[in-house]
Amino acid sequence: MTGQAQILPGTLDLLILKAASLGPLHGYGILLRIEQISRGALLIEQGALYPALFRLVRQGFLKANWGTSENNRRAKFYELTAAGRKRLRQEEDGWNRLVSAIASALSARAEEA
Amino acid sequence: MKIVASLRFLASSIFRRAQSEDEMDEELRAHIRDRADDLECCGLSRAEAERRARLEFGGYQKFKEECREAAGTHFVETLAQDVRYGLRMLRRSPGFTAVAVLTLALGIGANAGVFSVVNGVLLNPLPFPHPEQLVALHASKPNFSTGSIPFLNFKDWKANNHTFSDMAISRGTSFNLTGMGESEHLQARLVSSDFFSVLGVNPLLGRDFAPREDEVGAAPLVMISEGFWRRKFGGSPTAIGRTLTLDGRDFTIIGVAPSTFDVFTGSFRTVDVYVPIGQWGNSALLNRSAGLAFHGIGRLRPGATAEQARADMAGVTAALAKEYPDANKDTGATLVPLRQQLLGDIQPVLLMLLGAVGFVLLIACVNVGNLLLARANSRTREVAIRSALGASAGRLVRQLLTESVLLALGGGALGLLIANWGTRAALGVLPALPRAAEIGLDHRVLVLTFVISLLAGIFFGLAPASRVLHADVQGTLKEGGRGAIGSKQRAQGVFIVLETAMALVLLVGAGLMIRSLAELWRVNPGFQSQGVLKFGLSLPPTMATAPPEAIRTQLREIESKFATTPGVRAVSLSWGALPLEMDDEELFWMQGQPKPTSKMDMNWALRYTVGPDYLTAMRIPLLSGRFFTKQDDNHAPLVVVLDEEFARRFFGSGNAVGKRVELLDPPGEAEIVGVVRHVKQWSLDTDSQEKLRAQMYLPLLQQRDDEVSQMVPGVDVIVLCSVSPTAVFNSLRHVSTEMNADQVIYGEQTMDEIIAGTLAARQFSMILLGAFAAVALMLAMIGVYGVISYSVGRRTNEIGIRIALGARRSHVLALILGEGMRMALTGTILGVAAAMALTQLLSEMLFNVGAHDPLTFVCVAIVLNTVAAVACWIPARRAMRVDPMVVLRYE
Repeated sequence: MTGQAQILPGTLDLLILKAASLGPLHGYGILLRIEQISRGALLIEQGALYPALFRLVRQGFLKANWGTSENNRRAKFYELTAAGRKRLRQEEDGWNRLVSAIASALSARAEEA
Repeated sequence: MKIVASLRFLASSIFRRAQSEDEMDEELRAHIRDRADDLECCGLSRAEAERRARLEFGGYQKFKEECREAAGTHFVETLAQDVRYGLRMLRRSPGFTAVAVLTLALGIGANAGVFSVVNGVLLNPLPFPHPEQLVALHASKPNFSTGSIPFLNFKDWKANNHTFSDMAISRGTSFNLTGMGESEHLQARLVSSDFFSVLGVNPLLGRDFAPREDEVGAAPLVMISEGFWRRKFGGSPTAIGRTLTLDGRDFTIIGVAPSTFDVFTGSFRTVDVYVPIGQWGNSALLNRSAGLAFHGIGRLRPGATAEQARADMAGVTAALAKEYPDANKDTGATLVPLRQQLLGDIQPVLLMLLGAVGFVLLIACVNVGNLLLARANSRTREVAIRSALGASAGRLVRQLLTESVLLALGGGALGLLIANWGTRAALGVLPALPRAAEIGLDHRVLVLTFVISLLAGIFFGLAPASRVLHADVQGTLKEGGRGAIGSKQRAQGVFIVLETAMALVLLVGAGLMIRSLAELWRVNPGFQSQGVLKFGLSLPPTMATAPPEAIRTQLREIESKFATTPGVRAVSLSWGALPLEMDDEELFWMQGQPKPTSKMDMNWALRYTVGPDYLTAMRIPLLSGRFFTKQDDNHAPLVVVLDEEFARRFFGSGNAVGKRVELLDPPGEAEIVGVVRHVKQWSLDTDSQEKLRAQMYLPLLQQRDDEVSQMVPGVDVIVLCSVSPTAVFNSLRHVSTEMNADQVIYGEQTMDEIIAGTLAARQFSMILLGAFAAVALMLAMIGVYGVISYSVGRRTNEIGIRIALGARRSHVLALILGEGMRMALTGTILGVAAAMALTQLLSEMLFNVGAHDPLTFVCVAIVLNTVAAVACWIPARRAMRVDPMVVLRYE
């Protein structure tokens, strides 16, 4: 478990939306998917996932339905809505712009300043 | 619709809340379980896997709370949670809850009660369509601004004005009902034909009077009141068309007036029948100079203002004065909005009482605030623990406020019961209030009570709640529950000072009212009221057409039969006027002067038409000459007796006895045979300020023949009793019935009751103000007691140590007493200052007592501080008895 990074404030929503965009998942599934797609590099306080999920549902980016999980248990599945898809695109764009801006800032050399 | 929708939203969110609460648990638990499953697969033991899963998840309750917040049904949820928690906390300390709720119930109940009276009497519109268009009408004469309106003048007023859509006059009277069981005395109203239509009152059944049915000589018709209809006809519709025998004449019933209509004549006497004016067999009815106690009501045309109507009526009356100078010179019209006419002087009294109960409520709030402060202190630990567990300050304040609002709402609900019961009881005792029938707990009272409760809850919850915001969590937890006391005590001290000051203001107000009333009771009315009974008598209706001589004989016989009845010391008939109740006027000019052309140029005097024993019955002192004898009848020369005011005004220092005056009615020259002491006619307090004070007595049997016929339906009897007036009245009833079965005596009242009646409004406000002041004093003293005993409780250690170190117990007593009395004295000083300013508002209601009456202020201050000393002394004694050994062992 080396090389883990604390996630930046505000990025949890982006990660959840991304994870959910790959198919409906229950809460624990979302956690696992984020671990999987970030190759275990991101550290999430597990409980913190849920307030974020409830908020995204209320904001209309996710919709929740009770269903049956792979091990035949009742579970609540989260799915991206149309608004959520749009929101994800915006967040991704925003994130990429931020990353490239930060990256170019950090790669600046002395003579360019 | 909006309300239904929002209720539905509220219901659904509460319902959803219960559901999502379970689902939330299920979801979060599933996560932990799934995680534990995975960890177990990685080779951990089940127990270890579950422990790790929970650890990785983090603060379960904290996240759940955040989820709740994120899910958005937060407000309703937390409210429901707070209410549940609050109720649990209140249930856990039933003593505190009971005291707080009772205190608030007293405060809120008093407010709701007084407000329901104010609401019913002052705020509710009169129960007539467009009540703002209604005005009361009077004739203004040089001596009175609200004189009565002669029937013929009224007809001209009605015909000639341009600003009224309609006008009516009426007066109270009474009839003897025969032919329906035992003969009965009925309260009646003589009305002009449009009396009901002016007010916009429709008959419950049958029809209203038609125009011209009020003319002299029209068919005898009658409308009956709803109450009379139910009592006599069992509410049957067949009553219409039946006949009533009133004073021996048959009247046809044409309609039933609804009971809401009683409002107009006041709750004091309910009217049984309404009869058109023309049916009144009074020959003076068509005399333009006889007002005969008729007063009017007018309805302004839509758009017409009272000012326009006044100007219009000034023109109408000026024209009449020109046309009939003899009767109408200097006669104008007075217009008073009907509302104002009906409410009279009650408005300032009610507003004062409203102010007083406002104080009571404030005191109650302060008291409960104090209780909560003391409790907040013992709850600092609970609060500290909750805040250490992650409850935000805002959340805690909301929780505490919810609790105080719950208390206030409980107090409000109980207060409504108190108000309902209290106003009913008060109105039962004091029937003199106008519009009393309309007083009740309507939606406005309910809403106001709810709002008051809510505000009170927030108001008195604020101090203890703000305490929480500044609480030092760590310190409290470390100290093991014994928090710092300094600032809390200060806040409570301020509360006590304020309460004491407010209680003092109310006590001073009540004290001033009591002193005024005592002064009024001491006023000498000029006659002695003890043991004097007054009642009405109607001769048999058949006598109405008998020769006047027969009537005089009957009246004489009544006086002598009554006078020989056991228990009777003196009897006199009296016609028309009675001190403090009813007035009558005589017009005269001095002998030797020409008769003035207009009545307005004649002299006016109050007139009493009485029998020979009147002076004995009323015990009015004779100053010189003699009073009447049995021989002063229609065969003897006219004689009169004057009062000292009359004699002074018209004869100066000379002797009036033996002099003569010219009377208008009965016409002729009368010899003055005696002078008696002045009697208060108008009222105990303002009599000396009235313009018309000269009094003249005339022998009843010397009145004109037609006047004597007028006495058949009703003449007053004054009896001085040597035994209980009730017993005397019963024997006289027997004597009267024995004389003639159709002769009725009715409406007995002692003169003491009549005097008390004139003081009823003052007594009403005094009793209520006194009661509120007593409640205020009690609450304030409970507050003082509570704070001092609380302080003694907190200082037990300190006191124990002091005693152990050698402080004398009397010193400890002085210490505690001093603490309480400092607050009480500060409150007294503040209260005196406030009372000085506020009692100015009372000055209209005071009699012979200054608004700053030093005696009242000093007495009230002494009473208040004595009671405060007692309230402090009880806990101080407890402090004195502290056993240092016990205390130190606890340390």
